[in-house]
Amino acid sequence: MSHSLFYLLSFITLFFALLVVFAKNPIHSALYMVMTFFAITCHYLILNAQFLAIVNFIVYMGAIMVLILFSIMFLNLNQATEPQKSSLLKFAGVISAGLLMLTLVGAIVKTGGGDVPFELIKPDIGLVKNLGKVLFNEFLLPFEIASVLLLSAMVGAVLLAKKEIN
Amino acid sequence: MDIAFIIEKLILISAILGISLVIAMYTTLAERKFAGFFQDRVGPNRAGPWGLLQPLADGVKLFTKEEIIPTHASTFLFVLGPSLSMFTACITTAVIPWGQDLFLFGRQVSLQVADINVGVLYVFGVVSLGVYGVMIGGWASNNKFSLLAAVRSASQNISYEIAMGLSIIALLMMTGTLSLREISEQQAGMNWNVFYQPLGFLIFMICSFAETNRTPFDLPECETELVGGHHTEYSSMKLGFYLFAEYINMFVSSAIMASLYFGGYNYPFMHLISNPNVAALIGVAAFFTKILLFIFFFIWVRWTVPRFRYDQLMKLGWKVLIPLAIVNIALTGAGILIFGK
Repeated sequence: MSHSLFYLLSFITLFFALLVVFAKNPIHSALYMVMTFFAITCHYLILNAQFLAIVNFIVYMGAIMVLILFSIMFLNLNQATEPQKSSLLKFAGVISAGLLMLTLVGAIVKTGGGDVPFELIKPDIGLVKNLGKVLFNEFLLPFEIASVLLLSAMVGAVLLAKKEIN
Repeated sequence: MDIAFIIEKLILISAILGISLVIAMYTTLAERKFAGFFQDRVGPNRAGPWGLLQPLADGVKLFTKEEIIPTHASTFLFVLGPSLSMFTACITTAVIPWGQDLFLFGRQVSLQVADINVGVLYVFGVVSLGVYGVMIGGWASNNKFSLLAAVRSASQNISYEIAMGLSIIALLMMTGTLSLREISEQQAGMNWNVFYQPLGFLIFMICSFAETNRTPFDLPECETELVGGHHTEYSSMKLGFYLFAEYINMFVSSAIMASLYFGGYNYPFMHLISNPNVAALIGVAAFFTKILLFIFFFIWVRWTVPRFRYDQLMKLGWKVLIPLAIVNIALTGAGILIFGK
């Protein structure tokens, strides 16, 4: 049951992820990306990680993608206005993407993917209660440092966006 | 999973969907009646006694009107917009606890479709999806006014979601749970959260107005500046869906406010009633009374307060509500530290 569900979801995820890349219209691309994020949310759900699932749902689907759509709508992209990238840039892009794929494949081979797509040692680990306990006991320092990092990024963004007063 | 369980849930889901649609239908009539009262008019009174058949007449009119899809619009997305609006408006009802458990035919029947342990976050997630309907519809119409409305609505929703989330955090610090059922249970016996979280409730309510695009925050469809806003190009039932989704949203956010802050299905002297079924049914009635009062409040505000200007809206969201919500979190934290829970 959960195996076939996993393969179905993986197929949907990859299908929409590919459509993001191949879609001609940037708005369609962004909407396919929303679907990809939704499929990833479902992946979290079958791993019983409800909190991560709902946070992924709120943050990626509800906030980040809305902002991306928002900015695309302003840009009015089409073939004529799209700047043509130089072939050097394209070449660099291909190489870096290839390196990323090499790393990913290496990581997957190293972990030794068997027949079982996933297996939870502790099925309750993703529930809010357990996650909170782990986050505020064992990983308190990294958690706080990450929040300070986010705060500084926010302050930086506000500073950059602010008009200079002369 | 047995058959009885599936049948029970199917009946419950259909009943909830039916009730929310009927309430939304009659809210449109109530809105026009109250608007008439506030403006010293009669309001609709032709179709049926006291205009009671007016919503049906409106529905028939919307269904039979000609459907127009603009030539340069992207057809699929143009249809997707209103559908998505309607869909996101309806799915929040899944986690709302409508009453205590009933005991029917030797079974314990829960009056909640799904008691997921991240209920509050689920509501929040669906709220954040709500903006897609307007954005997709506005963009797909291929009209400048619609696009502007879509962009406005996106920025409005994102801004007010933050304050809404912060006000919920203060509530969750007190209740210690994300399940709407447990939050409702904790408020038994007039122990309503609004008495402990008046500021949080105020912020939450203002944000609900903004998220449902009701006046004074109905900038996405601001007629004076944007013709018809995001639904300028829509006709027939697709327009109907947009308008109707607003009323369902009103119903749902009233239900959320009632269950988070106003005790949900709890009412005074509940423990004195010995028969659990009777107690539960009165609880459902009490819950719906609270919901209807909130809906009345939505209507009341709409016909009393004029629309904000766009910069006022942003100023209120970012410079007033978010700092207030953060102060509220600090106050709640201090309160829990001093008085215990």
